[in-house]
Amino acid sequence: MTAEGGVQYSKIAEIKGPLVVVDDVDNAAFDELVEIETTEGERRLGKVLEVGHGKAIVQVFEGTSGLSIAGTKAKFVGKVMEMPVSKEVLGRVFDGLGRPKDGLPDPIADKFIDINGEPMNPEQREYPKDFIQTGVSVIDGMMTLVRGQKLPIFSGSGMSHNLLAAQIAKQASVVGTDDDFAVVFAAIGVQYSEAEFFRRSLEESGALKRSVLFLNTADDPAIERIITPRVALTVAEYLAFELGMHVLVIMTDMTNYAEALREISAAREEVPGRKGYPGYLYTDLSTIYERAGKLNGRKGSVTQIPILSMPSDDITHPIPDLTGYITEGQIVLGRDLFRQGVYPPINILMSLSRLMKDGIGEGSTREDHSEVANQVYDAYSRAQEVRALAGIVGKAGLTGIDLKYMDVGDVFEKEFLTQATDENRTIEETLAILWKIVSKLPKNEITKIKDKYVDKYYQGD
Amino acid sequence: MAAQGKIVWVSGPAVRADGMSEAKMYETVSVGNSKLVGEVIRLTGDVAFIQVYESTSGLKPGEPVVGTGNPLSVLLGPGIIGQLYDGIQRPLRELSKQSGSFIGRGITTTPVDMTKKWHFVPTVSNGDEVSAGSVIGTVKESELIDHSIMVPPMHKGGIISNMVSEGDYDLETVLATTEKDGQNIELKMYHKWPVRKPRPIKSRYDPTVPLITGQRVIDTFFPIAKGGTGSIPGAFGTGKTVTLHQIAKWADSQVVVYIGCGERGNEMTEVLVEFPHLKDPRSGKPLMDRTVLVANTSNMPVAAREASIYTGVTIAEYYRDMGKDVVLVADSTSRWAEALREMSGRLEEMPAEEGYPSYLASRLAEFYERAGRVRTIGSPDRDGSVTLIGAVSPSGGDFTEPVTTHTMRFIKTFWALDAKLAYSRHYPSINWMNSYSGYLGDIAKWWSANISEDWFDVRGQAYAILQREDTLKEIVRLLGPEALPDEEKIILEVARMIKIGLLQQNSFDDVDTFCSPEKQYKLMKLLVDFYNKGQQAIKEGTPLSDIRAMSVITLILKARMDIKDSEMPKLDQLATKMDEEFKEISGVKVSN
Repeated sequence: MTAEGGVQYSKIAEIKGPLVVVDDVDNAAFDELVEIETTEGERRLGKVLEVGHGKAIVQVFEGTSGLSIAGTKAKFVGKVMEMPVSKEVLGRVFDGLGRPKDGLPDPIADKFIDINGEPMNPEQREYPKDFIQTGVSVIDGMMTLVRGQKLPIFSGSGMSHNLLAAQIAKQASVVGTDDDFAVVFAAIGVQYSEAEFFRRSLEESGALKRSVLFLNTADDPAIERIITPRVALTVAEYLAFELGMHVLVIMTDMTNYAEALREISAAREEVPGRKGYPGYLYTDLSTIYERAGKLNGRKGSVTQIPILSMPSDDITHPIPDLTGYITEGQIVLGRDLFRQGVYPPINILMSLSRLMKDGIGEGSTREDHSEVANQVYDAYSRAQEVRALAGIVGKAGLTGIDLKYMDVGDVFEKEFLTQATDENRTIEETLAILWKIVSKLPKNEITKIKDKYVDKYYQGD
Repeated sequence: MAAQGKIVWVSGPAVRADGMSEAKMYETVSVGNSKLVGEVIRLTGDVAFIQVYESTSGLKPGEPVVGTGNPLSVLLGPGIIGQLYDGIQRPLRELSKQSGSFIGRGITTTPVDMTKKWHFVPTVSNGDEVSAGSVIGTVKESELIDHSIMVPPMHKGGIISNMVSEGDYDLETVLATTEKDGQNIELKMYHKWPVRKPRPIKSRYDPTVPLITGQRVIDTFFPIAKGGTGSIPGAFGTGKTVTLHQIAKWADSQVVVYIGCGERGNEMTEVLVEFPHLKDPRSGKPLMDRTVLVANTSNMPVAAREASIYTGVTIAEYYRDMGKDVVLVADSTSRWAEALREMSGRLEEMPAEEGYPSYLASRLAEFYERAGRVRTIGSPDRDGSVTLIGAVSPSGGDFTEPVTTHTMRFIKTFWALDAKLAYSRHYPSINWMNSYSGYLGDIAKWWSANISEDWFDVRGQAYAILQREDTLKEIVRLLGPEALPDEEKIILEVARMIKIGLLQQNSFDDVDTFCSPEKQYKLMKLLVDFYNKGQQAIKEGTPLSDIRAMSVITLILKARMDIKDSEMPKLDQLATKMDEEFKEISGVKVSN
């Protein structure tokens, strides 16, 4: 991204944290892109957070380290930050601000798009209901992903969220179509090795040439992370709504994004909300997550899988909490399952896909899908209660039916949940295992499935 | 004279402009060269502090600010039903015609089509005297809505003259003039009303009529009255939105105003896609014909989110004034409170709890006070109601946070959603121990008069079983179920049946999604009878295992899905079958 033209000012009043206050500014706009030039001639990018009374507060993406009051120049570019886009971005690697990182020249731009996007008109949205087969049983069967959905993975440090996201990216397909498919990957403050893992995994599956990577690794400037998801989504929207592709956007790790936002808020001395995060964290996150969706009359879609690590595995922490209020469900990884070596270690009781109900059933997966999934949810939840009870009174204190539920819990975890990282199960296989689990229960325990489906699929005695 | 000033400072949705000494508090202003809509929220000297309802990206100090002289108002007239508005009553369908799939800025439209002709039937004639709020005629607005054209509440009324005859007119046509004290006022099909000012009423009634929602745990256990207030707090994933959608679909009101305040875009789309195809269970007409949507999704400008609540409630009051029962559902008031917090922060006001402004409680109180069942002003006599139901999204699911605690002070029905129930897929996840309804006593009269005389008593028994189970569960958790005698074990058993067969309800099942009051009562009675007969059998020596093995149990548990509202005799047959099975198992014991 380059900045040409514009008005230059050289009176810097204050530098604190990621902010530079420029004085005697008489022609700057809110949100305008700013190019900062250091005494050494190095150029950095920033944007206007507040302007008025002759002052402009500028947030510098690459940080203020090395800037001085004398000698630093600020050029107000006269436009908001834009991302150049064209079909040529496919297969390319960019940094966290959208500049080429793969040694190749800038892609030739078809157009320049404001990275903040504009809110989709709810009246023009198309309600998402196309089932995406990820090949991961627990997702397809119990928390189905659909095109245009935003479904985050809530993880904790060290857990296998990257493996899972990479497996979804490799296997995700919509049954019965061969539409254009693309992956946009945004690394937000993650370790280099994690970003490299994704790149390699996309390469191995041959998906790299239809992928776009934006990498802001842990050693890159923190404030840049405010921009990374936005440039990534700008490209995703272009691919989806102008080129008609189905785009899967993986963003990891949103916790680093929120921390960068907190840093800026603290530097501006704003009144903090919970845990020092700004009061507008919800609104700000929504301007990222709400960019998923489908539009009437346009072919493509933007599906988001943001990944975030819950600090101390705490789901009530503001970042997962506010994310969950915006996204259409959540996939929650459980520390207990992870410790037992289960992959994928998904805690189904805490997980949910809000759009599942419209993506499944007759015509997309199968008529009985919703009811059999409900029954298994119920049974697994009973199994957990029984396990807790058995921990106190011992197995001997359990009734016969309790023991059956314990059995259901074991079969669920061993045969349904557990899956190899390269195992791609069809929805039929997934449903067959669900019925195998249900069939462990006597018929009179099946209260959530209509008789006609029980008659057709139940295999118990 | 309208104020004309210049921007001096911009930070997000907050703008300061000087040269604004003519501006009034809460006046709407046009901001900048792209004519964004804003509202004055503080005046200091000649500097006005303005909240802008559109994105301020690119706005510069020096650009003009022009006052309109009017407070933020909504246009009230035929054409509102079936619309999807943003927070300041701009129709989103119209916006998409002008700016495409994404919402552009500085677009001006009218809230309804001013040129559309409506068939107007006068109900008063020349020479009649009318007063503020009086009906002068009607218009068929949709299949379900007869729209009364009323003398605007701010007018004095007077003697009608120049009344048009029955016919098709657009909104700008002068239908009649009134004369009073030498002053002539022209009456049209519409008028404007400032959103922050409640519309006047004649008097209030006690809320004694239940709002039937078809949701068993609500109607049977924690009912809300027409004209009442309710709140539904819950962590994410507990099913707030689904419950609100259910109320919007099935509540027995004539008009539904659904406000998506800082929530997901797809949820509004869902309503838009689904409601035209869903039939009102009473009239058989599409639900969209009685619904108005106000959508300010989370990524739309935050200041308009604050306004959306007022826009919605003013529209609700307008239809109430026609003598209709209106339900307003706001999802979510927490996002509205956050919008208040954000603007308060930019105003650099001293924060109270968790950064929320100190006036949060009074704003909530003002909002919920706009609910009520009332006698409207003007003639003829009309009674209408506005029922307000607000979702609350407590951070971290913590009900002690400011928005939840303050809301609880001003509402009478509290449906506490429970993450644990949601995790075990018990939906609606309304926790029966933490929820309450302040209308129960008043509403019980309606149930005994209309459904069954012993309703209150049976409900009490069912609830007592759930309460007993709650205490017994503690013992089971420590000692296991075998530590309990059979007469207590059966409490656990029946409580489980009540949960599955009565409290749980599948919104996505064609039959279960709506449950008539009669079916609600019969299901509850069946379960309470089962309990009483079970206790009796145990007293007579029947082992619990025999009761557990009864084949009627599965039938009772599935009755909510298997038996339609039109098949009530089947529930009576089920009761007979239950009696027979109880006789059988106690018979076995006697023959031994």
